[in-house]
Amino acid sequence: MKPAAFEYHAPETIDDVVGLLAEHGDEAKPLAGGQSLVPMLALRLARFEHVIDLNGVPVLAGIERRNGTVAVGAMTRQAELERSDDAAAVPLLGLAAPLIGHFQIRNRGTVGGSIAHADPAGELPTVALALDAELDVASTAGTRTVAASELFAGTWETTLAPEELLTRVRFPVWRGRCGFAVDEVARRYGDFALAGVACGVELDAHGTVVRAAIALLGLGSMPSRAGAAEAAIVGHAPSADELSEIGRLAMADLEPPTDIHASGEYRRAVGAHVVTRGLGTALERATR
Amino acid sequence: MNEVRVSLVANGVPYRAVVEPRKTLADCLREDCGLTGTHLGCEHGVCGACTVLVDGVAVRSCLMFAVQAEGAEVTTVEGLSPDGALGPVQRAFRDEHGLQCGFCTPGFVVTAHAFLAEHPEPTRDEILEALSGNLCRCTGYQGIVRAVERAAASMGDDVT
Repeated sequence: MKPAAFEYHAPETIDDVVGLLAEHGDEAKPLAGGQSLVPMLALRLARFEHVIDLNGVPVLAGIERRNGTVAVGAMTRQAELERSDDAAAVPLLGLAAPLIGHFQIRNRGTVGGSIAHADPAGELPTVALALDAELDVASTAGTRTVAASELFAGTWETTLAPEELLTRVRFPVWRGRCGFAVDEVARRYGDFALAGVACGVELDAHGTVVRAAIALLGLGSMPSRAGAAEAAIVGHAPSADELSEIGRLAMADLEPPTDIHASGEYRRAVGAHVVTRGLGTALERATR
Repeated sequence: MNEVRVSLVANGVPYRAVVEPRKTLADCLREDCGLTGTHLGCEHGVCGACTVLVDGVAVRSCLMFAVQAEGAEVTTVEGLSPDGALGPVQRAFRDEHGLQCGFCTPGFVVTAHAFLAEHPEPTRDEILEALSGNLCRCTGYQGIVRAVERAAASMGDDVT
Protein backbone atom coordinates (compact mmCIF):
# COMPACT_ATOMS: atom_id res chain seq x y z
CA MET A 1 0.00 0.00 0.00
CA LYS A 2 1.57 3.23 -1.05
CA PRO A 3 -1.02 6.02 -0.84
CA ALA A 4 -1.71 7.67 2.50
CA ALA A 5 -4.92 6.55 4.19
CA PHE A 6 -8.15 8.18 3.09
CA GLU A 7 -11.85 7.79 3.60
CA TYR A 8 -13.57 6.30 0.56
CA HIS A 9 -16.95 7.50 -0.67
CA ALA A 10 -18.98 5.83 -3.41
CA PRO A 11 -21.91 8.14 -4.25
CA GLU A 12 -24.42 7.18 -6.93
CA THR A 13 -25.78 10.56 -8.01
CA ILE A 14 -24.31 13.93 -8.98
CA ASP A 15 -26.21 15.50 -6.08
CA ASP A 16 -24.48 13.18 -3.65
CA VAL A 17 -21.08 13.90 -5.22
CA VAL A 18 -21.41 17.67 -5.00
CA GLY A 19 -22.83 17.32 -1.49
CA LEU A 20 -19.68 15.49 -0.42
CA LEU A 21 -17.49 18.03 -2.21
CA ALA A 22 -19.30 20.88 -0.43
CA GLU A 23 -18.86 19.12 2.90
CA HIS A 24 -15.16 18.33 2.58
CA GLY A 25 -13.88 21.12 0.29
CA ASP A 26 -10.22 20.86 -0.64
CA GLU A 27 -9.74 17.84 1.62
CA ALA A 28 -11.72 15.80 -0.92
CA LYS A 29 -10.84 14.71 -4.46
CA PRO A 30 -13.10 13.13 -7.06
CA LEU A 31 -11.66 9.88 -8.41
CA ALA A 32 -12.48 9.34 -12.10
CA GLY A 33 -10.41 6.74 -14.01
CA GLY A 34 -7.54 7.09 -11.57
CA GLN A 35 -4.84 6.83 -14.22
CA SER A 36 -3.24 10.09 -13.08
CA LEU A 37 -4.67 10.54 -9.59
CA VAL A 38 -3.74 7.11 -8.26
CA PRO A 39 -0.07 7.43 -9.32
CA MET A 40 0.00 10.87 -7.68
CA LEU A 41 -1.43 9.37 -4.50
CA ALA A 42 1.01 6.44 -4.69
CA LEU A 43 3.96 8.78 -5.12
CA ARG A 44 2.48 11.05 -2.45
CA LEU A 45 2.59 14.02 -4.78
CA ALA A 46 -0.96 14.52 -3.58
CA ARG A 47 -2.84 13.49 -0.48
CA PHE A 48 -6.52 13.79 0.35
CA GLU A 49 -8.54 12.91 3.44
CA HIS A 50 -11.52 11.96 1.31
CA VAL A 51 -11.63 10.25 -2.08
CA ILE A 52 -14.97 10.43 -3.86
CA ASP A 53 -15.27 7.67 -6.43
CA LEU A 54 -17.28 8.72 -9.50
CA ASN A 55 -17.34 5.24 -11.03
CA GLY A 56 -20.70 4.44 -9.47
CA VAL A 57 -22.46 7.48 -10.98
CA PRO A 58 -23.84 6.11 -14.26
CA VAL A 59 -25.30 9.42 -15.43
CA LEU A 60 -21.79 10.84 -15.78
CA ALA A 61 -20.86 8.46 -18.64
CA GLY A 62 -21.97 8.47 -22.26
CA ILE A 63 -21.63 10.24 -25.58
CA GLU A 64 -24.52 12.08 -27.17
CA ARG A 65 -24.72 14.08 -30.40
CA ARG A 66 -27.18 16.95 -30.39
CA ASN A 67 -27.60 20.55 -31.55
CA GLY A 68 -24.32 20.70 -33.42
CA THR A 69 -22.29 19.39 -30.51
CA VAL A 70 -21.02 16.10 -29.22
CA ALA A 71 -21.62 15.99 -25.48
CA VAL A 72 -19.27 13.65 -23.69
CA GLY A 73 -20.00 12.69 -20.10
CA ALA A 74 -17.07 13.27 -17.79
CA MET A 75 -16.79 9.58 -16.88
CA THR A 76 -16.76 8.36 -20.48
CA ARG A 77 -13.72 6.12 -20.92
CA GLN A 78 -11.09 7.34 -23.37
CA ALA A 79 -11.31 3.98 -25.17
CA GLU A 80 -14.93 4.83 -26.01
CA LEU A 81 -13.75 7.76 -28.16
CA GLU A 82 -12.04 5.31 -30.52
CA ARG A 83 -15.18 3.29 -31.25
CA SER A 84 -18.14 5.67 -30.79
CA ASP A 85 -20.07 6.65 -33.94
CA ASP A 86 -21.34 9.77 -32.18
CA ALA A 87 -17.83 10.86 -31.20
CA ALA A 88 -16.78 10.48 -34.86
CA ALA A 89 -18.59 13.76 -35.62
CA VAL A 90 -15.70 15.44 -33.80
CA PRO A 91 -12.71 13.85 -35.55
CA LEU A 92 -10.16 15.32 -33.13
CA LEU A 93 -11.51 13.03 -30.39
CA GLY A 94 -10.81 9.86 -32.33
CA LEU A 95 -7.46 11.21 -33.54
CA ALA A 96 -6.33 12.12 -30.02
CA ALA A 97 -7.50 8.99 -28.23
CA PRO A 98 -4.90 6.51 -29.52
CA LEU A 99 -2.14 8.85 -28.35
CA ILE A 100 -3.33 8.81 -24.72
CA GLY A 101 -1.12 6.41 -22.75
CA HIS A 102 -1.66 2.78 -23.68
CA PHE A 103 -4.81 0.77 -24.32
CA GLN A 104 -4.98 -0.50 -20.75
CA ILE A 105 -4.86 3.14 -19.59
CA ARG A 106 -7.60 4.20 -22.02
CA ASN A 107 -9.85 1.37 -20.84
CA ARG A 108 -9.96 3.04 -17.47
CA GLY A 109 -9.01 6.69 -18.03
CA THR A 110 -11.84 9.14 -18.62
CA VAL A 111 -12.45 12.22 -20.76
CA GLY A 112 -13.44 14.44 -17.84
CA GLY A 113 -10.65 13.14 -15.64
CA SER A 114 -8.04 13.98 -18.25
CA ILE A 115 -9.38 17.49 -18.81
CA ALA A 116 -9.85 18.28 -15.12
CA HIS A 117 -6.37 16.93 -14.37
CA ALA A 118 -5.00 19.56 -16.79
CA ASP A 119 -1.68 18.00 -17.61
CA PRO A 120 0.18 20.39 -19.94
CA ALA A 121 0.97 17.47 -22.27
CA GLY A 122 -2.55 16.03 -22.15
CA GLU A 123 -4.18 15.41 -25.52
CA LEU A 124 -7.81 15.90 -24.46
CA PRO A 125 -7.28 19.24 -22.69
CA THR A 126 -5.64 20.43 -25.90
CA VAL A 127 -8.49 19.17 -28.07
CA ALA A 128 -11.00 20.90 -25.77
CA LEU A 129 -9.04 24.13 -26.11
CA ALA A 130 -8.67 23.82 -29.89
CA LEU A 131 -12.41 23.40 -30.38
CA ASP A 132 -13.54 25.96 -27.79
CA ALA A 133 -15.39 23.19 -25.97
CA GLU A 134 -17.83 24.10 -23.22
CA LEU A 135 -17.64 22.39 -19.87
CA ASP A 136 -20.64 21.73 -17.67
CA VAL A 137 -19.79 22.08 -14.02
CA ALA A 138 -21.97 21.21 -11.04
CA SER A 139 -21.91 22.19 -7.38
CA THR A 140 -24.45 22.53 -4.60
CA ALA A 141 -24.94 26.10 -5.88
CA GLY A 142 -26.22 24.76 -9.22
CA THR A 143 -24.65 24.31 -12.62
CA ARG A 144 -22.58 26.62 -14.78
CA THR A 145 -20.77 26.46 -18.09
CA VAL A 146 -17.06 27.14 -18.37
CA ALA A 147 -15.33 27.83 -21.70
CA ALA A 148 -12.26 25.68 -22.28
CA SER A 149 -10.28 28.90 -22.78
CA GLU A 150 -11.18 29.83 -19.19
CA LEU A 151 -10.42 26.45 -17.62
CA PHE A 152 -6.68 25.97 -17.49
CA ALA A 153 -4.69 27.85 -14.86
CA GLY A 154 -1.31 26.10 -14.84
CA THR A 155 0.25 22.66 -14.55
CA TRP A 156 -2.42 20.37 -13.04
CA GLU A 157 -4.44 23.45 -12.11
CA THR A 158 -7.84 24.62 -13.29
CA THR A 159 -10.12 27.48 -12.38
CA LEU A 160 -12.70 25.05 -10.95
CA ALA A 161 -13.30 25.37 -7.23
CA PRO A 162 -12.68 22.31 -5.01
CA GLU A 163 -16.45 22.12 -4.51
CA GLU A 164 -17.15 21.90 -8.23
CA LEU A 165 -17.47 18.79 -10.38
CA LEU A 166 -16.91 18.63 -14.14
CA THR A 167 -19.89 16.64 -15.41
CA ARG A 168 -19.81 16.94 -19.19
CA VAL A 169 -17.79 18.39 -22.04
CA ARG A 170 -19.55 19.70 -25.14
CA PHE A 171 -17.42 19.70 -28.30
CA PRO A 172 -18.76 21.70 -31.29
CA VAL A 173 -19.14 19.86 -34.60
CA TRP A 174 -17.45 21.59 -37.54
CA ARG A 175 -19.36 21.36 -40.81
CA GLY A 176 -18.20 21.96 -44.37
CA ARG A 177 -14.82 21.08 -45.91
CA CYS A 178 -12.86 20.41 -42.76
CA GLY A 179 -9.72 18.52 -41.89
CA PHE A 180 -8.14 17.77 -38.53
CA ALA A 181 -4.93 16.36 -37.14
CA VAL A 182 -3.31 15.54 -33.83
CA ASP A 183 0.44 15.26 -34.15
CA GLU A 184 3.04 14.88 -31.45
CA VAL A 185 6.56 13.70 -30.77
CA ALA A 186 7.22 11.46 -27.77
CA ARG A 187 10.35 9.55 -26.79
CA ARG A 188 8.41 6.28 -26.74
CA TYR A 189 4.95 5.36 -27.96
CA GLY A 190 2.44 6.28 -25.27
CA ASP A 191 4.80 8.54 -23.35
CA PHE A 192 3.97 12.12 -22.57
CA ALA A 193 4.71 14.13 -25.69
CA LEU A 194 7.66 16.52 -25.82
CA ALA A 195 5.54 18.74 -28.05
CA GLY A 196 2.32 18.31 -29.93
CA VAL A 197 -0.56 19.96 -31.71
CA ALA A 198 -4.28 19.47 -32.17
CA CYS A 199 -5.50 21.43 -35.16
CA GLY A 200 -8.39 21.88 -37.54
CA VAL A 201 -8.95 23.82 -40.74
CA GLU A 202 -12.06 24.64 -42.76
CA LEU A 203 -11.75 25.48 -46.46
CA ASP A 204 -14.04 27.32 -48.84
CA ALA A 205 -14.81 26.06 -52.37
CA HIS A 206 -11.53 27.53 -53.67
CA GLY A 207 -9.37 25.79 -51.07
CA THR A 208 -8.80 28.95 -49.02
CA VAL A 209 -8.71 28.48 -45.26
CA VAL A 210 -11.71 30.21 -43.70
CA ARG A 211 -11.31 28.85 -40.17
CA ALA A 212 -8.34 27.49 -38.28
CA ALA A 213 -7.74 26.22 -34.77
CA ILE A 214 -4.25 25.38 -33.54
CA ALA A 215 -3.74 24.23 -29.95
CA LEU A 216 -0.39 23.21 -28.52
CA LEU A 217 0.59 20.69 -25.86
CA GLY A 218 3.79 20.09 -23.93
CA LEU A 219 5.12 23.54 -24.74
CA GLY A 220 4.20 25.41 -21.56
CA SER A 221 2.61 25.03 -18.15
CA MET A 222 -0.75 24.45 -19.82
CA PRO A 223 -2.15 23.89 -23.30
CA SER A 224 -2.33 27.06 -25.38
CA ARG A 225 -3.76 28.38 -28.63
CA ALA A 226 -1.42 29.64 -31.32
CA GLY A 227 -3.51 32.72 -32.15
CA ALA A 228 -0.98 34.46 -34.39
CA ALA A 229 -0.49 31.30 -36.44
CA GLU A 230 -4.25 30.85 -36.76
CA ALA A 231 -4.61 34.42 -38.01
CA ALA A 232 -1.76 33.90 -40.47
CA ILE A 233 -3.30 30.87 -42.13
CA VAL A 234 -6.88 32.15 -42.46
CA GLY A 235 -7.49 33.67 -45.89
CA HIS A 236 -4.69 31.68 -47.51
CA ALA A 237 -4.11 28.38 -49.25
CA PRO A 238 -0.63 27.96 -47.79
CA SER A 239 2.29 26.41 -49.62
CA ALA A 240 4.71 24.05 -47.89
CA ASP A 241 7.11 26.96 -47.25
CA GLU A 242 4.33 29.04 -45.78
CA LEU A 243 3.34 26.16 -43.49
CA SER A 244 6.91 26.01 -42.20
CA GLU A 245 6.74 29.72 -41.46
CA ILE A 246 3.40 29.26 -39.67
CA GLY A 247 4.98 26.49 -37.58
CA ARG A 248 7.71 28.88 -36.46
CA LEU A 249 5.15 31.61 -35.86
CA ALA A 250 3.21 29.27 -33.54
CA MET A 251 6.28 29.08 -31.29
CA ALA A 252 6.86 32.84 -31.23
CA ASP A 253 5.65 33.75 -27.77
CA LEU A 254 6.38 30.46 -26.03
CA GLU A 255 8.97 29.58 -23.43
CA PRO A 256 8.88 25.78 -23.55
CA PRO A 257 10.05 23.99 -20.39
CA THR A 258 13.43 22.33 -20.04
CA ASP A 259 13.51 19.00 -18.22
CA ILE A 260 15.34 15.67 -18.37
CA HIS A 261 13.45 14.69 -21.52
CA ALA A 262 14.24 17.71 -23.67
CA SER A 263 15.54 21.26 -23.55
CA GLY A 264 13.17 24.14 -24.14
CA GLU A 265 15.03 24.97 -27.31
CA TYR A 266 14.56 21.43 -28.63
CA ARG A 267 10.88 21.49 -27.72
CA ARG A 268 10.51 24.72 -29.68
CA ALA A 269 12.09 23.14 -32.76
CA VAL A 270 9.93 20.03 -32.42
CA GLY A 271 6.86 22.17 -31.78
CA ALA A 272 7.34 24.18 -34.97
CA HIS A 273 7.79 20.96 -36.89
CA VAL A 274 4.67 19.23 -35.54
CA VAL A 275 2.54 22.33 -36.18
CA THR A 276 3.75 22.42 -39.79
CA ARG A 277 3.24 18.69 -40.23
CA GLY A 278 -0.13 18.66 -38.42
CA LEU A 279 -1.51 21.53 -40.47
CA GLY A 280 -0.31 19.84 -43.65
CA THR A 281 -2.17 16.69 -42.67
CA ALA A 282 -5.31 18.63 -41.74
CA LEU A 283 -5.27 20.53 -45.05
CA GLU A 284 -4.81 17.32 -46.99
CA ARG A 285 -7.72 15.71 -45.17
CA ALA A 286 -9.91 18.75 -45.86
CA THR A 287 -9.26 18.54 -49.58
CA ARG A 288 -9.76 14.80 -49.81
CA MET B 1 -7.94 2.85 10.55
CA ASN B 2 -11.07 2.55 8.47
CA GLU B 3 -11.63 -0.72 6.68
CA VAL B 4 -14.26 -1.77 4.21
CA ARG B 5 -15.60 -5.07 3.00
CA VAL B 6 -15.13 -6.05 -0.59
CA SER B 7 -16.40 -9.08 -2.44
CA LEU B 8 -15.22 -9.93 -5.92
CA VAL B 9 -14.91 -12.92 -8.20
CA ALA B 10 -11.42 -13.79 -9.40
CA ASN B 11 -10.99 -16.48 -12.03
CA GLY B 12 -14.49 -17.72 -11.30
CA VAL B 13 -13.93 -18.06 -7.55
CA PRO B 14 -15.70 -15.70 -5.12
CA TYR B 15 -13.53 -13.91 -2.57
CA ARG B 16 -14.36 -11.69 0.39
CA ALA B 17 -11.86 -9.41 2.04
CA VAL B 18 -11.70 -6.59 4.53
CA VAL B 19 -9.34 -3.94 3.24
CA GLU B 20 -8.26 -0.39 3.79
CA PRO B 21 -9.61 1.79 0.97
CA ARG B 22 -6.07 2.67 -0.06
CA LYS B 23 -5.24 -0.96 -0.81
CA THR B 24 -4.83 -1.48 -4.52
CA LEU B 25 -6.62 -4.25 -6.37
CA ALA B 26 -3.19 -5.71 -7.14
CA ASP B 27 -2.29 -5.99 -3.45
CA CYS B 28 -5.73 -7.41 -2.65
CA LEU B 29 -5.38 -10.10 -5.32
CA ARG B 30 -1.96 -11.08 -4.02
CA GLU B 31 -2.46 -10.79 -0.28
CA ASP B 32 -6.14 -11.43 0.31
CA CYS B 33 -6.92 -13.79 -2.58
CA GLY B 34 -3.52 -15.50 -2.64
CA LEU B 35 -3.25 -14.95 -6.38
CA THR B 36 0.43 -14.07 -6.55
CA GLY B 37 0.64 -14.50 -10.31
CA THR B 38 -0.13 -10.79 -10.64
CA HIS B 39 3.17 -8.95 -10.20
CA LEU B 40 3.84 -5.42 -9.06
CA GLY B 41 6.74 -3.60 -10.66
CA CYS B 42 6.45 0.15 -10.48
CA GLU B 43 3.17 0.48 -8.53
CA HIS B 44 2.28 3.66 -10.37
CA GLY B 45 0.97 2.58 -13.72
CA VAL B 46 4.04 2.61 -15.92
CA CYS B 47 5.32 -0.97 -16.18
CA GLY B 48 2.17 -3.00 -16.88
CA ALA B 49 3.30 -6.04 -14.85
CA CYS B 50 0.07 -5.93 -12.82
CA THR B 51 -2.29 -6.00 -15.82
CA VAL B 52 -5.47 -7.99 -15.15
CA LEU B 53 -8.91 -8.17 -16.74
CA VAL B 54 -11.70 -6.45 -14.80
CA ASP B 55 -15.09 -7.36 -16.24
CA GLY B 56 -13.24 -8.53 -19.34
CA VAL B 57 -11.25 -5.35 -19.90
CA ALA B 58 -7.47 -5.09 -19.46
CA VAL B 59 -6.49 -2.61 -16.76
CA ARG B 60 -3.59 -1.88 -14.47
CA SER B 61 -4.53 -3.37 -11.11
CA CYS B 62 -2.14 -1.03 -9.27
CA LEU B 63 -4.26 1.93 -10.45
CA MET B 64 -7.52 0.59 -9.04
CA PHE B 65 -8.37 0.33 -5.40
CA ALA B 66 -9.69 -3.02 -4.25
CA VAL B 67 -12.92 -1.38 -3.04
CA GLN B 68 -13.57 -0.30 -6.62
CA ALA B 69 -13.68 -3.95 -7.69
CA GLU B 70 -16.72 -4.64 -5.51
CA GLY B 71 -18.88 -7.07 -7.47
CA ALA B 72 -16.43 -7.25 -10.36
CA GLU B 73 -15.21 -10.30 -12.24
CA VAL B 74 -11.44 -10.29 -12.32
CA THR B 75 -9.25 -12.52 -14.44
CA THR B 76 -5.59 -12.86 -13.51
CA VAL B 77 -2.85 -14.78 -15.28
CA GLU B 78 -3.83 -17.83 -13.22
CA GLY B 79 -7.25 -17.70 -14.86
CA LEU B 80 -5.73 -17.99 -18.33
CA SER B 81 -4.37 -21.47 -17.70
CA PRO B 82 -7.38 -23.63 -16.97
CA ASP B 83 -6.62 -26.99 -15.35
CA GLY B 84 -3.01 -26.00 -14.89
CA ALA B 85 -2.22 -26.44 -18.58
CA LEU B 86 -0.65 -23.60 -20.55
CA GLY B 87 -2.98 -21.45 -22.62
CA PRO B 88 -2.12 -20.61 -26.23
CA VAL B 89 -0.48 -17.29 -25.33
CA GLN B 90 1.59 -18.92 -22.59
CA ARG B 91 2.66 -21.77 -24.92
CA ALA B 92 3.77 -19.24 -27.51
CA PHE B 93 5.79 -17.30 -24.91
CA ARG B 94 7.57 -20.53 -23.94
CA ASP B 95 8.18 -21.59 -27.53
CA GLU B 96 9.50 -18.19 -28.65
CA HIS B 97 11.57 -17.50 -25.53
CA GLY B 98 9.30 -14.55 -24.74
CA LEU B 99 10.55 -14.48 -21.15
CA GLN B 100 13.75 -14.63 -19.21
CA CYS B 101 13.37 -13.71 -15.53
CA GLY B 102 9.59 -13.86 -15.91
CA PHE B 103 8.71 -10.95 -13.67
CA CYS B 104 6.91 -8.96 -16.38
CA THR B 105 5.42 -12.05 -18.02
CA PRO B 106 2.02 -12.13 -16.28
CA GLY B 107 1.34 -8.59 -17.46
CA PHE B 108 2.42 -9.39 -21.00
CA VAL B 109 0.37 -12.58 -21.11
CA VAL B 110 -2.81 -10.86 -19.87
CA THR B 111 -2.20 -7.90 -22.20
CA ALA B 112 -1.64 -10.20 -25.19
CA HIS B 113 -4.71 -12.22 -24.29
CA ALA B 114 -6.92 -9.09 -24.18
CA PHE B 115 -5.38 -7.70 -27.35
CA LEU B 116 -5.78 -10.90 -29.37
CA ALA B 117 -9.40 -11.23 -28.29
CA GLU B 118 -10.10 -7.95 -30.11
CA HIS B 119 -7.49 -8.31 -32.87
CA PRO B 120 -7.42 -11.97 -33.92
CA GLU B 121 -5.32 -11.21 -37.02
CA PRO B 122 -3.02 -8.43 -35.88
CA THR B 123 -0.36 -6.73 -37.95
CA ARG B 124 3.13 -6.44 -36.51
CA ASP B 125 2.60 -2.71 -35.96
CA GLU B 126 -0.60 -3.38 -34.03
CA ILE B 127 1.27 -5.86 -31.86
CA LEU B 128 4.05 -3.36 -31.16
CA GLU B 129 1.49 -0.74 -30.18
CA ALA B 130 -0.43 -3.16 -27.96
CA LEU B 131 2.73 -4.21 -26.13
CA SER B 132 4.04 -0.67 -25.74
CA GLY B 133 2.46 -0.27 -22.31
CA ASN B 134 4.38 -3.19 -20.79
CA LEU B 135 8.03 -3.05 -19.83
CA CYS B 136 10.47 -5.97 -19.99
CA ARG B 137 14.05 -5.42 -18.85
CA CYS B 138 15.45 -8.80 -19.97
CA THR B 139 14.38 -9.87 -23.41
CA GLY B 140 14.70 -6.89 -25.69
CA TYR B 141 11.09 -7.63 -26.69
CA GLN B 142 11.87 -9.53 -29.89
CA GLY B 143 10.85 -12.89 -28.45
CA ILE B 144 7.73 -11.36 -26.92
CA VAL B 145 6.62 -9.90 -30.25
CA ARG B 146 7.25 -13.24 -31.96
CA ALA B 147 5.29 -14.98 -29.20
CA VAL B 148 2.25 -12.80 -29.81
CA GLU B 149 2.54 -13.42 -33.55
CA ARG B 150 2.72 -17.17 -32.91
CA ALA B 151 -0.17 -17.04 -30.44
CA ALA B 152 -2.31 -15.21 -33.00
CA ALA B 153 -1.53 -17.83 -35.63
CA SER B 154 -2.15 -20.77 -33.27
CA MET B 155 -5.41 -19.33 -31.98
CA GLY B 156 -6.51 -18.91 -35.61
CA ASP B 157 -5.71 -22.58 -36.17
CA ASP B 158 -7.79 -23.57 -33.15
CA VAL B 159 -10.84 -21.92 -34.68
CA THR B 160 -10.53 -23.61 -38.06
